[in-house]
Amino acid sequence: MRPRTRVLVFAGGAAGTAALFTAGTLGLPAFGGTLHPYADRAVHQAVRRGTPNVVSSVNFDQRAFDTLGEELILLSAAIAAVALLRVVRREDERDGATLRHGPAEVSDALRIVGHLLLPLTLLIGVYIVAHGAQSPGGGFQGGVILGTAIHLLYLAGDYPALQRLRPIPVFESAEAVAAAAFVLLALAAAGASPAQRVPALNTAVGIEVGCALVLLLGKFFEQALLIREHRETGDTRETA
Amino acid sequence: MSTLPYLTAGWIMLAGLYGVVTSRDLVHAVVCVSVTQSGTYVLLLAIGYRSGATAPVFSDRPPPPAGRPVTDPVVQAMTLTDIVVGATVTALLLALAVQVAKRRATLDPGALRTLEP
Repeated sequence: MRPRTRVLVFAGGAAGTAALFTAGTLGLPAFGGTLHPYADRAVHQAVRRGTPNVVSSVNFDQRAFDTLGEELILLSAAIAAVALLRVVRREDERDGATLRHGPAEVSDALRIVGHLLLPLTLLIGVYIVAHGAQSPGGGFQGGVILGTAIHLLYLAGDYPALQRLRPIPVFESAEAVAAAAFVLLALAAAGASPAQRVPALNTAVGIEVGCALVLLLGKFFEQALLIREHRETGDTRETA
Repeated sequence: MSTLPYLTAGWIMLAGLYGVVTSRDLVHAVVCVSVTQSGTYVLLLAIGYRSGATAPVFSDRPPPPAGRPVTDPVVQAMTLTDIVVGATVTALLLALAVQVAKRRATLDPGALRTLEP
C-alpha cells in the first residue's frame, strides 16, 4: 500500500474511532465525580482483610490470579527478548574485561556519585518491595528500582565492574525460580491469610521484575558493546 | 469541561497510531506503540480520579467513611501492571528490530518484503 493511501485509510478509521470514542465518553460518569462502585468495594475488602495499601491488596489479593497472568506475559516477553538477542553463528562475543567500555572520560564527580548511589538505591528498592503492603510501593515498583540500580555502575563508566556484579546466568535462573515461586504461591494462597500472602507475592514479583529488567538491559548492552560480526570488523581474536 | 481528560486519552492513542501508520523506521514505530499505550494509562487514571480524594493507603489514617474519600485503587493497580508489562513488551519489539537491522541492513518497514532471503 502506498504511504498516501495508507494515511487516507487511517484518516477514515481514526475519524470513526474518534466519533465513537467521543460518544462513549459523553456517556461516562463526569470526571472526578463521586460514583466509584469498584473503588468502594475494593477499599472495603482491603480494609476488612487488613492490607493498608489498597493498590497492593488489589494486585496481590483480590486480583492475584490476573496478576499471575500478567507475570507470565512479563516472563515470556523477557525470555523471547533474551532468545532473540543471543549470539548467532556469524557473530562473536568479545571479552568485556579487555576493553574499556562506556563513557570513557566520565568526570570524577559522576564516578563517585554513581558508586555512592548504588547501595543506597538497592536499599530503597528492597524497602519499597518489603513495605509494599503498608505504604505506597510494592513488587512492581521496587523491582524496577532494583533492576535499574545496578546499572548506575555503567553510568559511572565502569562496564567491567557491572559485568562482574551481574552474571547473566545467575539472573536467568533467579527469574525462573521467582516465576515458579509466584505460581506456587498464587496456587497455595487460597489457604493463607492476606497478611502473609501480600508480602510473599510482593517479594516474588519484585525479584522477578528486577531480574527481568537486569536480563533485558544486560542483553541490550551486550548487543551494543560486545557482539560483533566476524566479517565486518575483522575481529582480532580470529587471527590471534 | 468534565470529559476533557477522557478525550485527551483518546487523542494520545490516535496520535500514537498515526505515528505507527506513517512510520519509516521500526524503532520509531516501537516508540509510537508506547505512546499509544500511554493513552490507556491516562484513560484508566482519569476514570479512577475523584475530586478532593487522596491516595488509597490507610497506614496512617482511617479508611472511609471516617476519613477522606480515596481515588479508585482498581484502575491504579491495572495501570501499574500495564506499565511494567508494556516496558517488557517494548524491549521484545526492540530486540526484533535489532535482528531485522542485522539481517536486512535496514529499519524501513517499506523496504522489507519477504520473511526470509
